[in-house]
Amino acid sequence: MTSGDIVFLVPEIILTIGACALLVFPVLGKRAAAQSAKWMMIGLLAITAIAVIVSSHTVTDFAQSRLFATMFAVDSFSVFFKLIFIAAVAMVTLMSEDYFRDSRYSPWEYYSLLAFALCGMLFMASGIHLISIYVGLELMSLSSYILAGYYKSEQKSTEAAMKYFVLGTVSSAILLYGMSLIYGVCGSLNLIAIDRAMSTLITNDALMLGILLLAAGLCFKIAAAPFHVWTPDVYEGAPTPITAFLSTASKAAAIAIFARIFYVGLQHFQLDWSFVLATVAALSMIVGNLAAITQDNIKRMLAYSSIGHAGYLLLGIISMSEMGMRGVLVYTVVYLAATLGIWAAVLMLQQHEYAGEQVEDFQGLHTRSPFWAFAMVMFLLSLGGIPPTAGFIGKYYLFAAAIQSGFGWLAIIAVLMSAVSMFYYLRIVVAMYLREGKDAQVSTAGSLRFVGAACLAITLFFGILPTPLIRQVETSARWVAARAVAVPNAGR
Amino acid sequence: MIEVAPSTAAYLMLSATLFSIGLVGVVIRRNMITVLMSIELMLNAVNINLIAFSHRLSSLEGQIFVIFIIAIAAGEAAVGLAIIIQLYRLKSSVNVDEAKVLNG
Repeated sequence: MTSGDIVFLVPEIILTIGACALLVFPVLGKRAAAQSAKWMMIGLLAITAIAVIVSSHTVTDFAQSRLFATMFAVDSFSVFFKLIFIAAVAMVTLMSEDYFRDSRYSPWEYYSLLAFALCGMLFMASGIHLISIYVGLELMSLSSYILAGYYKSEQKSTEAAMKYFVLGTVSSAILLYGMSLIYGVCGSLNLIAIDRAMSTLITNDALMLGILLLAAGLCFKIAAAPFHVWTPDVYEGAPTPITAFLSTASKAAAIAIFARIFYVGLQHFQLDWSFVLATVAALSMIVGNLAAITQDNIKRMLAYSSIGHAGYLLLGIISMSEMGMRGVLVYTVVYLAATLGIWAAVLMLQQHEYAGEQVEDFQGLHTRSPFWAFAMVMFLLSLGGIPPTAGFIGKYYLFAAAIQSGFGWLAIIAVLMSAVSMFYYLRIVVAMYLREGKDAQVSTAGSLRFVGAACLAITLFFGILPTPLIRQVETSARWVAARAVAVPNAGR
Repeated sequence: MIEVAPSTAAYLMLSATLFSIGLVGVVIRRNMITVLMSIELMLNAVNINLIAFSHRLSSLEGQIFVIFIIAIAAGEAAVGLAIIIQLYRLKSSVNVDEAKVLNG
């Protein structure tokens, strides 16, 4: 480590100072100006994004990107994910404004916790050492537990926080136990050193148990079946902007460490873990999509749908190729854009805390707000993977990667389940266009409309013209997947 | 492959036992405070594991990890207790079964 390394931590340092400032400001007597909390947060995110881009430009070669005794990587992969996280948290910030207008809860601590969670996610994107990955993960998780229970006088919210906390900490403990076994066998916590040690190892029980426990902990974090039971309850009980945060940014961060650990650290034992993960992926797709059909509450429906999407994302990790990595990156962008748009639409219907959450509330939306109805159709088509939208590109990459790597049967399940998912997505479309509407009011908040328009623009632009995204993704994927491709299953 | 000496194996057995007790405690106990204690037990089982390996491998990394885990476990306990207190204020009970507004 050299003292010059600190330059690359500037985004995280800025974010931490900003998060503390958000906590201190209301104490100085600025509490009245609730609007300014949002703009401070947006400003903070903008500065962080600029810092991420600037600091990444000083890194040119592979060796130079490994900082702090190879604990922290600033490479194209981490920068890609960091910018996604910052954009997603910015959208969540914009969505939250309307939700807090008549509320008894202070927005300052809320934004501060969001900033701390984002800081954890930035460390997760950059972590190439199990300690830095774990600390980042816990910073994100602890902030999320509090945020899930932010409506502290609501029973639902507190209950969601409790369930999330208990299952989240247990999964962290399981993850840690797996990490400790891997450390014992490989003699290091550094992903690159683990990879080097594994290339000389043959399969042994302690290592397999370690990898399985690690995978189980990570599957919990991305909400994959059979570790998904917390998802519907937490998504339903948490304040809606936080549900949006958990189902997008938080899940993307977990996928980032999942990809990094398995592609960089555990690639030599791919044959051993890929079938376990393939089962998990198949289960997630089947359980998530089938259970979503029976839901009437839109938050629970989207929770089950997000379990299904975790399954699709796992396809990219299982296939262990550059194509698979590209699929993960493209699909993350596509999924985040469509999901954030849908959550913005749900918030638009919510006049106060838990109203406007049923599928019936969408009835007749096209007469009340043609823009939102059209945007919703596009988001739902994108989640279903229908061609004019970006969702098709993402699914194409993931399914192609799965077939290339010999997981044809998994691709078939994925295609079938995509068809099933269209069934309940279309239920919302039918409610919006073919059913008589109630006279419920629709929020006209400018920031919600902005989020909807931005997500719609991303979903349509990358659907029609995916080249800029693909080019970026090819560079980012190479940083993580290049060696995986060069030595497939070496040491076996 | 590293051969595990008897002394290290004993530590691993202790750690595995503690971890299992913690996991079973989380699953069968209905009192939130006990659940929280069981989670701490699981984290400390991991710590024993890491220290045993660290000693065996003569590598400091494991012990550094333990210090991080202890610090984070303290934060976790604080957040967990805050959530339990809030639950108690709303329901006058810290029983997990009382929390059933969300049907899951």
